[in-house]
Amino acid sequence: MSEIIIQIDGRDVAAREGMTILEAAQTAGITIPTLCHHEKLEPYGACRICTVEIENRGRTRLVAACLYPVEKDLVVRTRSEKVDRIRKVILELLLAHAPEATELQVLAKEYGADKDRFEKESSFCILCGLCVRYCAEVKKKHAVGFVDRGTGREISFIPEIASRECWNCKECFPLCPTEALQAAYVLTEALISSSPSFKLEAEE
Amino acid sequence: MDNDSIDQIIDKQRGKPGSLIQVLMEIQDKNQWLPREALEKVSEKLEVPLSRVLRIATFYKTFKLIPEGRHKIHICTGTACHVRGAQRVLDTVQDLTGIKPGETDPDLKFSLETVNCLGCCTLGPVLEIDGKTFGKAAPAEIADELKKYE
Repeated sequence: MSEIIIQIDGRDVAAREGMTILEAAQTAGITIPTLCHHEKLEPYGACRICTVEIENRGRTRLVAACLYPVEKDLVVRTRSEKVDRIRKVILELLLAHAPEATELQVLAKEYGADKDRFEKESSFCILCGLCVRYCAEVKKKHAVGFVDRGTGREISFIPEIASRECWNCKECFPLCPTEALQAAYVLTEALISSSPSFKLEAEE
Repeated sequence: MDNDSIDQIIDKQRGKPGSLIQVLMEIQDKNQWLPREALEKVSEKLEVPLSRVLRIATFYKTFKLIPEGRHKIHICTGTACHVRGAQRVLDTVQDLTGIKPGETDPDLKFSLETVNCLGCCTLGPVLEIDGKTFGKAAPAEIADELKKYE
């Protein structure tokens, strides 16, 4: 495989063809914050917190580092004034949904994000899709999925599948950056156990 | 809806995940709405995970996951009707039927939806009951009209 040299924050970094900016940065020990990224899953590009500024042939652009493949003569800036400002606003928007999430609070401190800037709309879920994708890609069970669209979009366990599969797995629980997933699970469990048509595996 | 006609629709597309939306639309065309059992069957036969079937079925406004009433009320809340008092029409209908947009009453008498334009803005505010258009709708007239439906 051919090697590509790119510049990240003024340092030359060697990367293999097909790598993303994020992967190249990680091999060089440069940190780019992520929320929806997981090494076992396909890149998703939902949270946009990994936004970086790239310069190619004299033009600058903002791209998601977890999706953008490295290319020849690429210059990447992971902490410019513009990037920091964008990350700050993204965090402020996410904090309106999940103000108590520790992962967000740590990042908010670093980027000076004010958690009270936008009116609270506590859905507790930031729609990173980690649980949904982990269940589909790694476990191949599809027990949790997205429903609805736009501002009404949310995660939901599918009772028919969850009642069979989730009891002994729950591997998605530690992935959740907030605690919305656990809450959704408890809700589904309560609905299942109160409905006579479903039977939990553990009870059998 | 009987299981046979659902099976017939699905069997044509068996094992073809790409036909999901088409199958859902055909079932809804026959049955007016999509019962959970039908979705489970679609998921199984088309080899699409149930979570994806539900994601698609909840994404599109076309798909109804609750039973439809015998009479369908569409109230226009587009710009022209909005400025001509669509909200008052909507409030009246909600009061009389006891349901909100997207709902069906327990007797399956009425289903209520808001729409964005019915194509006759000069008649605003407009509502449609079972495809019949009522223009320049006044709350008192709507009340009389709704009483005629069984």
